[in-house]
Amino acid sequence: MQTPAPCEYSRATSVDDAIAQLQALGGNARILAGGYSLIPMMKLRLANPGHVIDINPLESELNYIRQEGNEIRIGALTRHVNMLESDLLSQVFPHIFREAEAVLADPVVRNRGTMGGSLCQSDPAEDLSGVVVALKGEAVLRGPGGAERVVGMEEFHLGPYMTSVQPTEMLIEVRIPTHSGFGGAHEKVERRAGDFAIVAASAALAIEGGRITFAGVACSAVGPTTLHIERAEKALVGQAPSEDLFAQCGQMAAADCSPNSDGRGPADYKRHVAGVLTTRALSRAAATAVS
Amino acid sequence: MIVNISINGKVQSHDVEPRLLLVHYIREYAELHGTHWGCDTSNCGICIVLMDDPNTPEPPYPVKSCTMLAAMAEGYEITTVEGMAHPDGTLDPIQMGFHEMHALQCGFCTPGMMSTGRWLIERHPNPTQMTDHEIRDGISGNLCRCTGYDNIVKAIRWAASYIEEHPESARTART
Repeated sequence: MQTPAPCEYSRATSVDDAIAQLQALGGNARILAGGYSLIPMMKLRLANPGHVIDINPLESELNYIRQEGNEIRIGALTRHVNMLESDLLSQVFPHIFREAEAVLADPVVRNRGTMGGSLCQSDPAEDLSGVVVALKGEAVLRGPGGAERVVGMEEFHLGPYMTSVQPTEMLIEVRIPTHSGFGGAHEKVERRAGDFAIVAASAALAIEGGRITFAGVACSAVGPTTLHIERAEKALVGQAPSEDLFAQCGQMAAADCSPNSDGRGPADYKRHVAGVLTTRALSRAAATAVS
Repeated sequence: MIVNISINGKVQSHDVEPRLLLVHYIREYAELHGTHWGCDTSNCGICIVLMDDPNTPEPPYPVKSCTMLAAMAEGYEITTVEGMAHPDGTLDPIQMGFHEMHALQCGFCTPGMMSTGRWLIERHPNPTQMTDHEIRDGISGNLCRCTGYDNIVKAIRWAASYIEEHPESARTART
């Protein structure tokens, strides 16, 4: 029988109340959203908060997807099902969100799991983090007194299950810049439906006038965090899209990732898959780019 | 802490540890053993129950009760397999479908499977037109080790057709 260690439970009545509770508890508390990552971590005693603060009552404050200028803003309590089914997301970022959300866990988990929970879990094999890294999203962290800071994903994800969110801070929103001529794709190889990735690759491109103006490439499950394949991004921007170029980027992803051998496969196999999936994702992203 | 949860229309009130999981609240405190307890790792979907969340306009949706604290369901309405049938004993269409199509063998996954199936039908804009892929994807969070899933897919489809032909049958104890 798996059960969490003893802990206290309270509900938040607002974001500011949740942060005030975090502050009052002096770092011994965790924010509890969907619970499908934190509760398993608590059962395994990998997370041992003395107190959990349930933010599920904050739907009206934190569950939203909206466009503001050249940004899409997604509230931290936006559920996976909301992102999967969002017309706005599939219009502004065709394919990439829907493809990742469709293979992220299973529909029952997607009913409750959230954007904020996915990012704060900082699991390098998680699909949505790959999408946010490829799209170069930023996390809005709010702390005591309403102080906010905005951090990019490299700064946000420090390692497996480690983020730069401070004990009295809370992730409240993810901001993602929009691009004209956007195309994206998410590719995943998994052992069975709904499992964590053996390897996944997310690709985001903007193509205007026959040239790539923006490129984001992320690989999941092949390093301590979701990896941003910077060398491939640099190689893409300014170039005309071509299969040769995407194949080179796949080689870069295979070379630059750092997978471990484990129950999901040996490291050299994962490295190979990372290359293939990166090429495939870039190729599909280019093919679907809205011209 | 005192946790009050309405289960199948009856408000339960029990003094429990905050860390108590919803599945154990249902089985050990409410003494409703129809909700089974399986892998304990949110993979198998055996423990799925339907939850009416007052924070959202969504109809009741399935949750894995081994991965939810009982305290998180305070004030929510939970429907377990015991609450599916009409008070007069008439089975819910999803239960009839599982019976008609022989969609269970050992029965361990059945309460969770029926809860998810019921939700799939309620949520789909045109349930009788659900493809096999949609149904199989819909129940991908529920494991069955006996049937090979074929008859479960048929049972969900049978229930969808039955509800279309008998719209009044969709009114269950929870609506």
